[in-house]
Amino acid sequence: MTRALAARTEPSSLGGRALAAALLAMAVAAPFVFYPVFLMKALCFALFACAFNLLIGYVGLASFGHAAFFGWASYMTAYSVKYWALSPVAGILAGTALAAVMGAAFGWLAIRRQGIYFAMVTLALAQMVYFVALEAKFTGGEDGIQAVPRGTILGLIDLNQPLVMYYFVLAVFLVGFAIIMRAINSPFGQVLKAIRENEPRAVSLGYRADHYKLLAFILSATLSGLAGATKALVFQLASLTDVYWGTSGDVLLMTLLGGIGTVLGPVLGAFTMVAMENYLAQFGSWVTVIQGVIFVVCVLTFRRGVVGEIARRWPRWQARLTGRDAALDRH
Amino acid sequence: MSSLHLAIPPLPALMAQLFIGLINGAFYAMLSLGLAVIFGMLGIVNFTHGAQYMMGAFAAYLLLNFLGIGYWWSLLLAPIIVGAFGTVLERLFIRHLYRLDPLYGLLLTFGLALIVEGLFRQEWGSSGLPYSIPQELTGAHNLGFMFLPNYRAWVIVASAGICLATWFVIERTRLGSYLRAATENPTLVQAFGINVPRMITITYGFGVGLAALGGVMAAPIYQVSPLMGSNIIIVVFAVVVIGGMGSILGSIVSGFVLGLIEGLTKVFYPEASSTAIFVIMAIVLLVKPAGLFGRELG
Amino acid sequence: MNRKQLAAASLAALGVALGAGSAAAQMSGKPIKIGVLSDMSSLYADLGGPGSVAAAQMAAKDFGGTVAGVPIQVVSADHQNKPDVGKAIVQRWIDEDGVDAVVDVPTSSVALAVQDLMKEKGKVFLISGAASSDLTGKACSPTGVHWTYDTYALAHGTGAAMVKQGGDTWFFITADYAFGHALQRDTAEVVTKAGGKVLGSVDVPLNNADFSSFLLQAQQSKAKIIGLANAGGDTDNSIKQAAEFGIVAGGQKLAGLLVFISDVNALGLPVAQGLVLTEAFYWDQTDETRTWSKRFMEQMKKPPTMAQAGVYGAVTHYLKAIAAANTDDGPKVVAKMRELPINDFMTKNGTLREDGRVMRDMYLFQVKTPAESKYAFDYYKQLATIPADQAFRPLSESECPLVKKG
Repeated sequence: MTRALAARTEPSSLGGRALAAALLAMAVAAPFVFYPVFLMKALCFALFACAFNLLIGYVGLASFGHAAFFGWASYMTAYSVKYWALSPVAGILAGTALAAVMGAAFGWLAIRRQGIYFAMVTLALAQMVYFVALEAKFTGGEDGIQAVPRGTILGLIDLNQPLVMYYFVLAVFLVGFAIIMRAINSPFGQVLKAIRENEPRAVSLGYRADHYKLLAFILSATLSGLAGATKALVFQLASLTDVYWGTSGDVLLMTLLGGIGTVLGPVLGAFTMVAMENYLAQFGSWVTVIQGVIFVVCVLTFRRGVVGEIARRWPRWQARLTGRDAALDRH
Repeated sequence: MSSLHLAIPPLPALMAQLFIGLINGAFYAMLSLGLAVIFGMLGIVNFTHGAQYMMGAFAAYLLLNFLGIGYWWSLLLAPIIVGAFGTVLERLFIRHLYRLDPLYGLLLTFGLALIVEGLFRQEWGSSGLPYSIPQELTGAHNLGFMFLPNYRAWVIVASAGICLATWFVIERTRLGSYLRAATENPTLVQAFGINVPRMITITYGFGVGLAALGGVMAAPIYQVSPLMGSNIIIVVFAVVVIGGMGSILGSIVSGFVLGLIEGLTKVFYPEASSTAIFVIMAIVLLVKPAGLFGRELG
Repeated sequence: MNRKQLAAASLAALGVALGAGSAAAQMSGKPIKIGVLSDMSSLYADLGGPGSVAAAQMAAKDFGGTVAGVPIQVVSADHQNKPDVGKAIVQRWIDEDGVDAVVDVPTSSVALAVQDLMKEKGKVFLISGAASSDLTGKACSPTGVHWTYDTYALAHGTGAAMVKQGGDTWFFITADYAFGHALQRDTAEVVTKAGGKVLGSVDVPLNNADFSSFLLQAQQSKAKIIGLANAGGDTDNSIKQAAEFGIVAGGQKLAGLLVFISDVNALGLPVAQGLVLTEAFYWDQTDETRTWSKRFMEQMKKPPTMAQAGVYGAVTHYLKAIAAANTDDGPKVVAKMRELPINDFMTKNGTLREDGRVMRDMYLFQVKTPAESKYAFDYYKQLATIPADQAFRPLSESECPLVKKG
């Protein structure tokens, strides 16, 4: 029984490895085909979406305030690199650390509630820190923190070169992604799954559900922070847009479109959204309209998202794409 | 400039800001009332509410500038027009979600809000269009500590009246009792021969109409802008949560009270005035998630 | 076949000839692309926006559509008053679309972000809409050209005029971003130097609709002058609502520190009459301005603002410099722009200073009463001319690192 369970959740089969290799090759070749800045933005949001997905897809908690972690990590990194002259890696770590602390604080407060109340608590907390960002002097308010230097790593790797920066961002994304994969496919991940499927039973088996949920929340917040911190260096700017509740909505849309609870879904969703904003920018508000339409369509008919639907049609790919057991799928 | 004034401010300053707060509170109350009605009756968190408020303001603007129809008629027509639009939304989209987790309703209405706001923004940009105060309500009364514009006084009085009237209808009349019964046990009520789906549609339309009415009243004060909905919706959510998500009385009281608190905070610590409401929201959610007046959802 | 080969050979020969010709000229051979970055849809859309795009297109057309043998192209985008959006647009324009110069950019926070980027990339930045005097101060750039006006000029124009009229106590209602802070700072300096006092201020979010609580604070302060350190839709709302709350009736005066003709148009003369304002341009000043403005009004149906007129002037001067220097290299073109005097319908004997500041005369206007206005858009009467050396910050006080001191 345990062996069968293990087999279904480990994406270590030949097909899974081939898929991973193909994606990696594409990622390495991409900056020669596409505009590197666009790719870097997409990667940051992909990491953000994957981190968000950890909470909504694997724990079943929909947070409406993740922009708080994303944005504040961005501010911290921008500030520390610009005014404290930290190296880029140190700056990113500083931002990520701030997100972790905020995640612990928000999570401790929010985990007490479920479902829509949980969502509302995260929204309230995020709005509070949004207004702090608006009013505080060090965030620069509407101006943001501008002219953030990218610096060099160890004095050798110059991040001001677009290609170099791209590979750095790719590396950060892969690290974050690997952490998420590791978390999902570990005993910790199994317990989370159990809690999502039937919390009272998990508790009766002796697992402290709140403890696990809080850990998942902190992990999700931390990796969201990692994404935001990296983004600050990519654009050399930290602004209010990153902490605005619209960004929480954006990441929700990316995950919903790609497929909640799938491994690759958020990545696909993020790339699609960023591409849309990039290439349709000249059509102004039509982008917002299209986003709304996607939301409506996804909620009404397409709840599994793109990757989720693919997983359903091709059950052999189910485990690799979702990291989840088809039999336990409760939609 | 961040500044915390710890000394007790002069009474005129206090009273003046409280009045302004009361005006804001009037809009919070009207909008959260519509939200509470919809959530209480339908179990849907209507994120589109802000966009429907904005549509009400635009309806007034368009009625005036294209058909020459003034403020007073708009108070009647705009809620009907936008309310009808709301019933269409309910029929086409929202009714598919009643049996699902309320989160889906939130996501769907969020998507609808994006569509509506995007379309309006595409056409009219994102700064405000002017809408004049109706002739009969221009001018101000000198209260000593401030000039209170007549129109803003009207807003406070009218919205209080509308809110109380709505509360009365829902809590104290037979129609209201049918609505409340239909929410609690639709099958049984349907067995009595009452057309429950139609009641639900009408209820949604009514809630939307309330939002649109708020929009018409807001037009002369806040300017008619596609962004006016998203600017206010998050605060209104906070108000509804604090009051109790299904409680009519709760949302009315919280609306006005929170407007007052916002005004008060503006006197002592202006920059924190927006944050104050969310701090209270977080506290209420942690201590009594059903809200101050609400009943815990089963 | 034969004819085709002959045609190909001729084209090749022509290409070689042209190539040989242009090699000496240092033009890259690519078209000159000018990007108009403005607020196309929000509170500043009327002072810049589509009008600025029209002005840039007029300038390109009047120049003949080509410069130094290459075509001129005008593109545009909406920065939505957000620095991250504006910066991302310009970054893509430069990296992917071959844009050589960016023009207009109202909203100083966006302008500062773009200035930073243009400095790094060595591309020309023609600032018309943005106001912050920091753009030629601590944020100055060798390729930045601050063409039309700035907060220093506004402070020394409107600010000084109000102080002279007896306004010695001030309260500021300030748009909470780079522009508002710069305008408040520069005006406060003028007030205190003249012996006046700033009693207080309040920061307001950009694109705010309801100013009632801020106006009440201003009223409570009992300051003689309420300085509106905001612009566009924010200024319009402040003025309208001040009237509602009886601010002016109560004896306090409003100082619209940045008012464009588009604001007067939106407010209407009954509300705007009497306002004192500082501008670099008014459509009805001279025959030349009238001729140009009538052409603009045929297209846009509204009188041009100084920002839009500035876009035309800046683009024209830029193109002249390219033609004269026969290069499209940013720093070299700007150096040539410094050499050439600026003379057009709007500017007489203007010069471009080493900190990027264009030295031009500014004008103090007052909005006419409805009775005084005789025809469409007859809004201003001119009170005074402020000569360039008084209007703008002297180099001796400059924080710009490009300025050689002593």
